[in-house]
Amino acid sequence: MSTTVPNPQSIPGTNASAVSRRWRGITSTGFSRVLGVATLVLVVWLVLFGLLFSPPDQTQQSSVRIMYIHVPTAWVAYLAFGVTGLSSAMYLFRRAHSLAWDRVAGASAEIGVMFMALTLITGSLWGRLTWGVYWAWDARLTTTAFLFVTYVGYLAVRRLGGSHQARAKRSAVLGLLAVIEIPLVHFSVELWRSLHQEASVANPSGDVKMDGLMLFSLFVGLIAFSLLYFWLVLHRQRAMYLEDQYDDADLDVALVERRAETKEHSRA
Amino acid sequence: MWRTARLVAAKDLGIEWRSRQVTNQVLPFAGLTLVLFAFALDRDEITARVAPGLFWLATTFSLIVLVQRTFAVETADGALDTLRVAGVDPAGIYLGKALALAAQLVVLEALLLVGVIVFYASHIRPAGIVLVIVTAFLATSGLAFVGTLYGGLAAGAKGRETLLPLLLLPVVAPVLIGATRAFEAAFGTRGGEGIRAGVEISDGWPWVGMLAIFAAVFGAAGVLAFGPLLEEA
Repeated sequence: MSTTVPNPQSIPGTNASAVSRRWRGITSTGFSRVLGVATLVLVVWLVLFGLLFSPPDQTQQSSVRIMYIHVPTAWVAYLAFGVTGLSSAMYLFRRAHSLAWDRVAGASAEIGVMFMALTLITGSLWGRLTWGVYWAWDARLTTTAFLFVTYVGYLAVRRLGGSHQARAKRSAVLGLLAVIEIPLVHFSVELWRSLHQEASVANPSGDVKMDGLMLFSLFVGLIAFSLLYFWLVLHRQRAMYLEDQYDDADLDVALVERRAETKEHSRA
Repeated sequence: MWRTARLVAAKDLGIEWRSRQVTNQVLPFAGLTLVLFAFALDRDEITARVAPGLFWLATTFSLIVLVQRTFAVETADGALDTLRVAGVDPAGIYLGKALALAAQLVVLEALLLVGVIVFYASHIRPAGIVLVIVTAFLATSGLAFVGTLYGGLAAGAKGRETLLPLLLLPVVAPVLIGATRAFEAAFGTRGGEGIRAGVEISDGWPWVGMLAIFAAVFGAAGVLAFGPLLEEA
C-alpha cells in the first residue's frame, strides 16, 4: 500500500538552494563545534577522575568505577526517551506538524537506544562482579530492558517507508504510546519483585551516602554524557534533514529526467 | 460510534463465521503450543505448576496471529481506505475491531482452559472461579485493545508480519504478568515452596486491579489514536 514517493509540497522550506546555503552538506555549526570540544574535554576529565583520582569502594573495590559510566548512560537514555516523547507530542499537537520535531524525536530515540544498550551492558558487567550474576529479575532492570526493546521497535517503525509525514505521524503516535506503556510495565514488574540497589544519590531522605570525590566524578560523568547527548542529537537530526532532502531531490531529478525523455521521444 | 462499532464487529465475526480461518488454524495452533510446552518442560509437576503462565503465553502468541488476521481482512482490498473515504468514525472502527477480536479471544481462552485442565492436570479451586472469570474478562479486554491499536499501526506497512510481535509483546507484558499471577491464585499453584509459598485466592485481586487499569488506559488511547493512524496509512 505504502509508496516511497515523498510529497515535496508537504515539507516546509525544502528547496535545494536553502540546503546548500545553510549547511553545504555538513552538519556542524559554530555552536556544535564548541559543544563538541567541551564534551571531549569533559570526557577526558571523567576518564582521569573515574579511573585515577576517585578512591575504590570499601566493599566493591574498583568495580565501583563502572558506576561513572553506568549511571550517566542510564540518565542520558531516560533523557533521550523523554525528549522523544515530548517531540512526538509537539509534532502531533501543533497544527504545523513540523517535520523538525519528528526528526528530533527520531534522532533522540536512536541515541537513547544506544545509551540504553550501554547501560544494560555496563550494568550486567557490574552485576556479575557484585551480585555474581549478569542479570536479575529486578523491577528496575526489567523495566530498562523493556524500554530498550520498545524503542528498538520504535526505530523499526520509523523505517517502514511511506511519505515523510506518514512516517512522522506513525512514529509520533508510537512515541506517545511508549510514554504510557513504560509506567504500566514498571508498575507491574514492581508489584512482581524488587532487588535493585537503592538509589544512593536521589533517595527520598535527601542525604547523600557517598564519598565526596566519588560523587564529584559521578557529576562530571553526568554532565559529560549530557553534553555528548546534545552534540549527537544536533548532528543526527541535521543528518536526517539532509536524508529527507536527498529523498525529495531524488524524486525531483527523476521527474526532470522523465520529462526530458518524453520531449526527446516526441521530437524523434 | 457505538453503532459503527457494532456493525464493524458483526462484519468481522461474520467474515470469520464464513471463512473459519481462526477456528481451523488459530485454535489448533494454540492447542499445539500447549502440547509443545509439555514436551519442553518434560515433568508433570512442573507443567502443573506453570500452567497459568503457559495458558497466558499461548493466548499471547495466538493474539499476534489473530491481530494479523483481523487486519489482513481490512488491508487486502483496500477496505480500510474505503471505510475512511466513506467517513466512518475511526473510533467506531477501532472499538468494533477490538470487540470482534475480544470475542475470538474468549473462545480461544475457553478452549485453552479446558486444554490446561486436561493436559496439565490443573484444577481451579471452587472459590477461584469468580477470579478466573473476572481476570479473563479484563485481560482479554486489555489484549484486544492493545492488539487492535498496534495492529492498526502496523497495518499496510511492509514487513508488518515481523514487526507486529516486536511492537506488541513488550506492551502486553503487564497483562502476561498480572493475569498469570491472578490465575496462580485461582489455581492454587506455586504452593509448597518458593517466595510465594501457598498463594491465597485474595492474592489474585490486586492483579485484577492492574489489569483493569491497563485495559482502561489502552482502550482510551486507542479511541484517541486510531483516527490519526488511519489517516496516514
